[in-house]
Amino acid sequence: MSEQKNGEVRIGVYVCHCGANIADTVDVKAVAEYAATLPGVVVARDYKYMCSDPGQELVQEDIRNLNVNRVVVAACSPSLHENTFRGAAERAGLNPFFVQMVNIREHDSWVHSDREAATEKAKDLVRAAVRRVYFHKPLEKRRVPIHSEVLVVGGGIAGIHAALTVANSGKKVYLVEREPTIGGHMAQYDKTFPTLDCAACILTPKMSAVKAHPNITLWTYSEVVSVDGSVGDYKVVVKRKPRYVREDLCVGCLQCIDTCVFKEPKFDDEFNMGLSKRKPIYIPFPQATPKVVVIDPEACIQLKTGKCKKSCLEACVERGAIDFDQKESYEEIHVGSIIIATGFQTFDPRRMPQYGYGKYPNVYTTLEVERLVNASGPTGGQVVTRDGRVPKSVGIILCVGSRDENTNRWCSRVCCMTSLKLAHLIKEHTGAEVFIFYIDMRAAGKGYEEFYQRVLNEGVHFVRGRVAEITDWALDPSEEGKLVARVEDTNTGFVRRIPLDMVVLAVGLEPQPDALNVQRLFGIGCSLDGFFLEKHPKLAPAPTYTDGIFIAGVCHGPKDIPDTVMQAGYAAAEAIALADTGYFELEPNTAYIVEEECSGCKSCIPLCPYQAITFNEGKQKAYINEVLCKGCGTCVAACPSGSIKQNLFEDEEIFSEIEGVLAYAQ
Amino acid sequence: MEPSAKYLYYPGCSLKGTGIAYEESLLTTFCLLEMPIQELPDWNCCGATTYMSVSETSATLLAARNLALARRTGSRDLLAPCNACYLTLRKSQELVAHYPQIAQETERFLEQAGLPRLDSVRVRHPLEVLYNDVGLQRLRELTVRRLQGVRMASYYGCQAVRPYGEVDDPHNPTRMDEILKAVGVEVVDYSLKTKCCGGSHTGTIHDVGVRLNYILLKEAMRRGAQALVTICPLCQFNLDAYQAEIRKQTGEPIDMPILYLTQVVGWALGGEFRELGLHRAISGRKLVEQWFTAKKEAETYV
Amino acid sequence: MERQIRYQREADLEWAHNFTKHPNCERLLSCIQCGTCSGTCPLSVYMDLTPRQVIAMVREGFREDVLRSKTIWLCASCYACSVECPQNIKITDIMYRLKREAIQSNLYPKRFPIPVLAQEFCELVRRRGRNSEFWVVFRMALRSNPFVLLTMARTGWDLWRTGRLSLRMERIQRVNELQYISAASKEVD
Repeated sequence: MSEQKNGEVRIGVYVCHCGANIADTVDVKAVAEYAATLPGVVVARDYKYMCSDPGQELVQEDIRNLNVNRVVVAACSPSLHENTFRGAAERAGLNPFFVQMVNIREHDSWVHSDREAATEKAKDLVRAAVRRVYFHKPLEKRRVPIHSEVLVVGGGIAGIHAALTVANSGKKVYLVEREPTIGGHMAQYDKTFPTLDCAACILTPKMSAVKAHPNITLWTYSEVVSVDGSVGDYKVVVKRKPRYVREDLCVGCLQCIDTCVFKEPKFDDEFNMGLSKRKPIYIPFPQATPKVVVIDPEACIQLKTGKCKKSCLEACVERGAIDFDQKESYEEIHVGSIIIATGFQTFDPRRMPQYGYGKYPNVYTTLEVERLVNASGPTGGQVVTRDGRVPKSVGIILCVGSRDENTNRWCSRVCCMTSLKLAHLIKEHTGAEVFIFYIDMRAAGKGYEEFYQRVLNEGVHFVRGRVAEITDWALDPSEEGKLVARVEDTNTGFVRRIPLDMVVLAVGLEPQPDALNVQRLFGIGCSLDGFFLEKHPKLAPAPTYTDGIFIAGVCHGPKDIPDTVMQAGYAAAEAIALADTGYFELEPNTAYIVEEECSGCKSCIPLCPYQAITFNEGKQKAYINEVLCKGCGTCVAACPSGSIKQNLFEDEEIFSEIEGVLAYAQ
Repeated sequence: MEPSAKYLYYPGCSLKGTGIAYEESLLTTFCLLEMPIQELPDWNCCGATTYMSVSETSATLLAARNLALARRTGSRDLLAPCNACYLTLRKSQELVAHYPQIAQETERFLEQAGLPRLDSVRVRHPLEVLYNDVGLQRLRELTVRRLQGVRMASYYGCQAVRPYGEVDDPHNPTRMDEILKAVGVEVVDYSLKTKCCGGSHTGTIHDVGVRLNYILLKEAMRRGAQALVTICPLCQFNLDAYQAEIRKQTGEPIDMPILYLTQVVGWALGGEFRELGLHRAISGRKLVEQWFTAKKEAETYV
Repeated sequence: MERQIRYQREADLEWAHNFTKHPNCERLLSCIQCGTCSGTCPLSVYMDLTPRQVIAMVREGFREDVLRSKTIWLCASCYACSVECPQNIKITDIMYRLKREAIQSNLYPKRFPIPVLAQEFCELVRRRGRNSEFWVVFRMALRSNPFVLLTMARTGWDLWRTGRLSLRMERIQRVNELQYISAASKEVD
């Protein structure tokens, strides 16, 4: 192709008008004329829209006809069009890394108003690029192969949907879930808004599909403990926690639970938010998938003391599924991409003592009330207070642990709709007067505003005001024995005291408590609020900055079920596309170590944010994994012996650019 | 310059007038704890909430003068028993720390007045001094007599716990309860422990102010408290001085002793009736006399 | 029948824009009008404007409504609103700022005892460095509503007999230092 003809460097400079964006402030013709006078430049043009087809054609023709072998394009930001011009050059037969872009828009015409000064600046920048591009080397984009298997971490609705989608495309999926069953928080909900579909009814078919799918390996009660490698080639170790029950033998008859030496259940049932008790041997809920019991080692007498009748063994004498000697085991898997769907935790309302959660028994969270209204919940669907009464007045307080500088700044997005739903269900179950205390009523989804209208028309009270406190102090005889909400009702303008039998706190959604550990484990980022960081908030909300790792569901940020499913589908599509392409192209602006010059001091190793540098003990030299390197340049700058260099940012390239900019001072 | 005592004591205007019993019991208690305190010489009124309503500059400078005087004596700890004084002094420190313009004005004033620069004087409150510097264990050890069968509720008021939650937690303070328990008092849970007594409103919009106190007293009675324990002279006065009026207006038999924490602690440590200012109680006199005289057989000498 | 419309020309936007420049008033614009402040305020049930309304009015520039109100004087500085506010707005400090401006611009309710007490109190402290509880209340009553003294007669007697009523006019020794305070505040305020 068109390489250096007889070693001669032939530079083409193209100055873009960008319509009026650049041309109004910078005299682009003058810049092009100036560029033509620079050493090495064989042609300099200006054009209205360089990124357009005719614009690119200009470059390609010069490559073909004038043997131009270095290209400088003075236009907008490289983040917009670097790939455009590199691609154009490549199609004309020139190595794309012989193209250098100069930003005379964001760095010049858009930030200056003095035409003369701006034009001089543009000339300086072009001159610098011309000097730099002289030293560019032909680089190749490396391709790494992609393993087609996919790991999905987290078995809530996001993980389930992602796993099914990928599995349906023919790829193998590992679905790893920390709890003994998949289903996540959605399994705990009663009905879902706005259709009032029963959550379990729409979720359990998907859960069964996961279990039955030939392409899905389901590992519950398991956690990822280590992740090595990079896109296309991740080696992941999964720890399988011991259930003390053999998954391949248990059929879920649940006899062992009946025969357990604990006649009465005594331990907080996590699925029912502690509103009921379970035994040490248990199944989280009837539709748990896989339908295998699990034994809690903190509660089981045999596991804690070794001295138990073990009547559970008798119940399972034929199949012999119970195995007290079971140990944790480790599986190593090899996957090409990872989808993280680890979900969320709810805000602990004890952090807001003014609402009395934990102090007054009849203050609940929305998640607890979901279990109360649910027919398979601790009270069989009866909405009763902890002292057994059917409430006549119920208050739902929104924004508990959301929109609050003192707790969580963000809006948790789903609580308004959840409160509307619970208000409807509570009123349906009890006939009580229901009050919703809100700051704004956010009902933006499909069918949501209509649902709000429905609940309005059911006579639920909407008090626009954030409750200042819940107190048991009765100011009036009608308040005796009740919990009083003191609030400014900004709609009517009154400060009100509303006595309630039951208070429901709409707790906000927060990242999981171990989100930072998960982040470090997978090498992804977190945003300020602690949720996982996406690549671009608008255009790439499922990919992360780490290639091959995608996020889906509330672990990325609070959202409702439809958005979760959509995002899970997006992540799955990306994973499938990656696997189908079969390879991944890496940007060649990676750092590399000149082995002879490496002194083995190891300074660079801890500096790498991507853990791309390893040390070869035998040779006493450091080694950079090109595939993991993102070209941040930290090690290059830090290396005391200067033995680390970076492609596209070599010393000659940088110094010549600096000299080019400063040449005006000579 | 070496201070003669570790704690400099800033009385504020109330402790020389309506709150004299607070001063008496504070001095007695600290003496019993062998922690000498010395009154800040030539202290001026802190301005409380009132001066801030008229001039921010003056309010800050008035407080700064006291802090500078404290600095001059070389002491590091300035004890301000009145909640409002405590807050005002702390607030001016925060204003000077966060707003360079105010810091400049303050420096200029101090220079003109020939006072030393402000320099990390710690403003203290007796509640947290008892809790942090003395500690519950030492209080338990030093207790020589306990009140048998007397139930009290703690009333913290506002400005000691809000907005700076340094003296105790703004939402759910418990230090006074713990101290009272440590000296052998039976403590009753009280939801209104940080609800405002109205401050100076009892003197201006009298009915509004009195009602706020009626609410506090009534709920304390409902909870089974026989007395309220306070840490601010204005709270004490508000709760103490208008009970006769409340009885007349509402017909309810409210006659509850309103005690200072330092009076209760001082008595437990062996202080005497008059030296603790207990003779200055307006309401609940009979009970006060009954509980705090040494002739009761029901006492335990430890 | 009073017509209640508000024309935009009545709004003092410059005053509103400048309001957040004052110490402790910075976060006023973050108010989401949740009403927690009013809900927790022990005095809000007596106020003509609730604290939340005051913040809304400041933002919109309705200066005179706010400065003429009784609300700002009813604030007892209990700081409950500032502690509970989910946007960390220092409402109590905003109230102080408004009180100061109400006095400076002479828009405060003239016969309302609270601003009267404030000014009497400050007058005493400015001149003598200390205040005398009795004399402040006495002078305030004389200026706003002398009948208050009658209602307080019983209290006065109770205080007297328990030795808690001091009639002394207190004064600090180095009174000259106070003049610098007065001078400084004249310059700044």
